[in-house]
This record gives sequence, C-alpha cells and structure tokens, in this order.
Amino acid sequence: MLQEEEDLSLTIAHIVQKLKGSRLYSQLERQAWVSLQKPEIKLESLKEDIKEFFKISGWEKKLQNAVYSELTVFPLPRHPAAPPEHLKEPLVYMRKAQGSWEKRILKSLNSMCTELSIPLARKRPVVEQKELLNKWNEMGTDEPDLSLFRPVYAPKDFLEVLINLRNPNYENGDHLNLKTHLGLIQVPLKVKYISELKEFFIELSLNTGQLGIDDATQVPPELFENEHVRLGQKVLAEQDSAAAQQYIRQGSPTALRAELWALILNVSNQPEDLLYYEQLKSNVIQHDLLVDSLIYKDVKLTASNDDYYFVFEDYLYQVLLCFSRDTSVLGHFAYNSASPPKSYIRGKLGMEDYAVFYPPNGVIPFHGFSMYVAPLCFLYHEPSKLYQIFREMYVRFFFRLHSISSHPSGIVSLCLLFETLLQTHLPQLFYHLREIGAQPLRISFKWMVRAFSGYLATDQLLLLWDRILGYNSLEILAVLAAAVFAFRAVNLMEVTSLAAAEAVLADLSTLKVMPLLQIFLFATIT
Amino acid sequence: MSRVQVPCHIKGAVALQVGDVRTVQGRPGVLVIDVTFPTAGPFELQEITFKNYYTAFLSIRVRQMLCDMDKVLELRLILRQPSPLWLNFTLEELQFFQHGPQSPSSAFTKWLSHPAPYEQPALLLQQALPDPDKVSSEVQQMWMLTEMIRANRTTARIGRFDVDGCYDLNLLSYT
Repeated sequence: MLQEEEDLSLTIAHIVQKLKGSRLYSQLERQAWVSLQKPEIKLESLKEDIKEFFKISGWEKKLQNAVYSELTVFPLPRHPAAPPEHLKEPLVYMRKAQGSWEKRILKSLNSMCTELSIPLARKRPVVEQKELLNKWNEMGTDEPDLSLFRPVYAPKDFLEVLINLRNPNYENGDHLNLKTHLGLIQVPLKVKYISELKEFFIELSLNTGQLGIDDATQVPPELFENEHVRLGQKVLAEQDSAAAQQYIRQGSPTALRAELWALILNVSNQPEDLLYYEQLKSNVIQHDLLVDSLIYKDVKLTASNDDYYFVFEDYLYQVLLCFSRDTSVLGHFAYNSASPPKSYIRGKLGMEDYAVFYPPNGVIPFHGFSMYVAPLCFLYHEPSKLYQIFREMYVRFFFRLHSISSHPSGIVSLCLLFETLLQTHLPQLFYHLREIGAQPLRISFKWMVRAFSGYLATDQLLLLWDRILGYNSLEILAVLAAAVFAFRAVNLMEVTSLAAAEAVLADLSTLKVMPLLQIFLFATIT
Repeated sequence: MSRVQVPCHIKGAVALQVGDVRTVQGRPGVLVIDVTFPTAGPFELQEITFKNYYTAFLSIRVRQMLCDMDKVLELRLILRQPSPLWLNFTLEELQFFQHGPQSPSSAFTKWLSHPAPYEQPALLLQQALPDPDKVSSEVQQMWMLTEMIRANRTTARIGRFDVDGCYDLNLLSYT
C-alpha cells in the first residue's frame, strides 16, 4: 500500500512539475482570475465554484487531456533512486550500443563536412535570406547540386548494427538448443506471444466492427459504419483525448481523421502555435544548416519519386527544415535512448557556455526520414498544423524506429517480435527462407523502420497509423509484417533466392491491412 | 520518512554448488550473500535498496533478537536464477536503512512554517486539524520528490539554439 501511495505521489509531482511550465497552466490561471467576475463564484466556496466553472467551460477537459497526454508520452521513473539514464534506456549494453552507433553517425557527418568543405551551419547573407523567403512555398522548384551529398545512413546500415547486438551476460553459445533463435536478432528481449497480442489488440477481433473491413462497399453501412461515424462525431464534440484514443482502435472515418488525430496528440490550434512556427521559419531563413542539404536530398530521392506523395514536396521542406530548428524536440531525449549531437561555437572548443546542440533539435535525418511526414500531408494542409502533428508523432512514436533500445515499441523489439511470430507460426516458411539465404527480416526491416510509409496505399497506411495511435504502440508494425509474409507464404515457399523473395514482396500497394491483421491474429490455426 | 543508512559489511556472493566451481560445467543457480553490521549494534531495519542484475528470486533470512524487524543482527540474502542462459547474476548497490531521527523540524520547508496570509483563514475554518507529524512528513516527501524531479530535468535551452545570435560551429564533438 505504501509503495502505491509513493508511486502516486511521484506521478503527481512529476506531472504537476511538467504542466506548471506549460501554456495551459497560465491559461487556467487567467481563466480562474476572469471567473471571479462571475456572479456564481462566491467567496465562501471559492475553490469549489472555480472547479465547477472549469468543468462547465471545458477547461477541466483540457487539463484532463493534458494530463492524459503526459501519462501517455512521458514514461514515469519507476523508482526514485533510478538515475536519468534508466529513463532513456535501462539496459547498459543497449546504451553502449546506441552510443557507438551515434559516434559512427557523428564521424560520418564530420567527414562529409571536411570532405566537402561545407560548414555545419552558416548564417545566410541578407540577399539569400530574401530569396529564400520569396520562394518559401515552392522550394521544390530549386535544383541545388546535391550530387556530392550522401545520406548519413540508410536503414540497411542500421540493420547490420542491430544484427550484431549482443547481451554480454547472455549465453550466446554455438550449440543449438531449444532456445536458439534462428533469426537475425540475437538479444533476449521480452516480446508478446500471440495470445498476449490477441488480448492487447482485442478490438481488432473478428466480432468487432472495423473500418478497413466493415465499411467495404458490399457491407450495408447500417451494420457498423453509420453508428461508428456518429460515435466519432460525439467523441469529437466531447473533446476527450482518452475516449478518442479508445475509439480510433476501430479505425477513423476519413472525414474525422484529421481532428481525431489532433485530439489524441493533444495538438490545438492556438495563435501561439502559429507564432512558434513562424519563429522556426525565420530561423530557417537566417541560418543554413548542412542537414538541410540532407533533407533536400532525402525528399528528392524518396517522396518526390513516389506517386502518392510527390505533390507534397514543398510541404515536406516546410515541415522538415523547421523541424531541425525546433529546440522543444530536445525534451524527448529524456526518454529516448539516443542523445543529441553536441558542438561548440567556432573558437570556443570545450567551453560549456558555448556548447550547442546540432542540429538544434538534435535529430539527424537518415535516408527515408521524409516519409514520416508525407502521409500526414493528406490530412493537414495548413503548414503550422501539419508541423505540430508531425512533431508530436515523432516524439511519441517515430523516434523509436531509429534508436537502439529495449522498449517494447523500439525497433529492436519489433524485429524480434516479427521474427518470433514468423518462426513460431510459419516455421516451414521461416526455415525455407533461411535456407535460401533470404532471412525474412532483411526484407521486412525497411517496412517497419518507415512504419510502412511508401509501401502501402495511403488509405491503408492511414488505417494502420490509426491503430498505432489507438494502441499507443508500434507493435502492430511487426504483426503486419508477419501477416504479409503469411499472406504470400505459398509464393514464398517456391522461391529459391533472396532476390526472388524480394520480388514476391516488392509490391504491397494492393494489400488491405485490416483483413490481413485480423486473419493473422484471430483466424490462423496455430 | 527520513532514513539513515546503516554501514554494513557484505560478504561476497557464494555460489552454492556441489563440486569445484571452476571445473564443473553449468552455472550455479543459487548465490548466498551474507551481510553483517559490525559497527552498528542491533538496529531496526526499515528499508533495503539494491540494483538487481539478472536475479530472478530473492529470499531474505534475518537473524534478530526479537520477533519483528527490531534489533536486526545479520542478514542472509539467497539469490536464485534458475535459467542457465544468464552467465552471471547478483545484487548491486546494496544499502540498508533504519529510521531517521523523529523530529522533522530540520527539513521544514519555508512555506509550511510561514503560510501565506490568504491561506490562514482557510486553515482556521477546518473542522479537525490534521496530525502535524503526518502532514510534515508528507510535505517533506513531496518536496523531496519534486526536488529529485527538478534535478532530473534535461538542461535544454528552450527557444534559442544559438549563442548570442552566433551559430558558427566547429565539427561535432564525440564526448
């Protein structure tokens, strides 16, 4: 009992501390002062009356949503004595591996810097600033010479690092035993069994209505779709984040999706947010960063070549260039195993007063990074809103896909979950692919790292991302990857090389994700 | 809730195994750690903290002078790890605590001893005043927690990323 009380006190103290610095706090204070003018607020029952006022005016709901957001995003310290590294990553060997990986990235960026003689950051001359401001809405028309730039790393480089991860206290013997894992990931992390997944994803079961299945044209809308849409409108009217998160597990109607995601991510449309975005934009105008060229290159190589997303090229620059300048993103490094790269003002090496993070948001983009933003362009057309949604998605989910950690939604756990599901439920297929030198993870890794963006049709991708938000977990990516292999198992059993296996799985654009997930989780005979 | 660490002598983990540890294959699944308190006499054990390193089960045997946790003489910690896949297991950073001094006056926060003027009428209106010891210990706890959290916050500068308008950088540093 004492432990629970302590935990609760710690939780409350933590959240209060965080919210005290937020805009919501000053807004609530202001509202409380303003409410004193109202006749229903009496001095004798001041506290109760103000509380009632907050409830009626909807401010209590806003506070509830903010608290819910904190609980969802910010994992709480399990023990007061746990040092801050434990919040980032509790396992020492994982922290070390992430550290070495980061060092490699920094070396790569530094050598690019010296080879090309381009500074990491440079203040733009006024003429150039004016030019950029003029073509802010059409940066895609620019054709800078990016031939010398190369992406800092690609997903396959990252996969090699993960394959070589080892727990030094684990028996990695050569002799095969019952516990031998035949896949590429060789670290013993706990991943869910299929029975646990069935419980976790219970709303996806066969007897629950789903958007992505039960809204198909042959199904009469009265059976599920109409009622679901009505429910969604009610959830939006209530402005309750927790309810929205529960609702969206069954999928979001297209018309309501933008608002629902904003509600779940607790992103509002305040004038301060627009100002903040404009501030970021002016930072982009003033300083030119080396990572900007990496972003340009990435957009040109990936999103611009994609049939669905090339129209959004200009939006992508507007979001990603601002993202690099956003220091509020640094906050997520408290719970990210990664750390932001550090540098010093020229001539002040080692002087802590002149230490800065580079880029300002601490995130170095890799090949394919822009694909995290691209699907959001279908939902949000106003740049500052689009920006906020992306930033929130990144600090809640996407960062886990490219850092080494033991978190259940981290990429290492997702890879292990994928391989374990395949090895357990499709052992013949797994063995066959392994024998022909086509380890399944080599094919599915790129899907998971990009959260399937660019591989699925957009409407299907958005249905998938609905569930990521609804379950606050990326595990569905691993389940979908296994489900795709299960779906194409017959063809895969006939291939005899990695290239042929890749070919079978090259085109996912015709897949319907919800039926695949449902069948794999609930209808496969195990 | 204050606590005082008790100095202890921890006799290293002894594996319980038949035969010579060096020559026999396989891992001992049981370790015993003996803890004595040579400098402190029998004391009232309040809390044990440790950092776990792959131990699965822990049993604690206490040798004491009376029936409850008053007057603890020695402790024996029995660690078990039945899985042979883990090469080593132990408990790190073992620490033992007893009750601190009873009077909390040393750590009173300023606002409790000098309440703000507008709060005083509210206190007078209350029907039953809460037990001052309980309140002060809860306050201390909350204060300690918030201090800890404040210390843990990332020292990121929100807003500006440059230093006085300058963002002209060297190369990235590796430390």
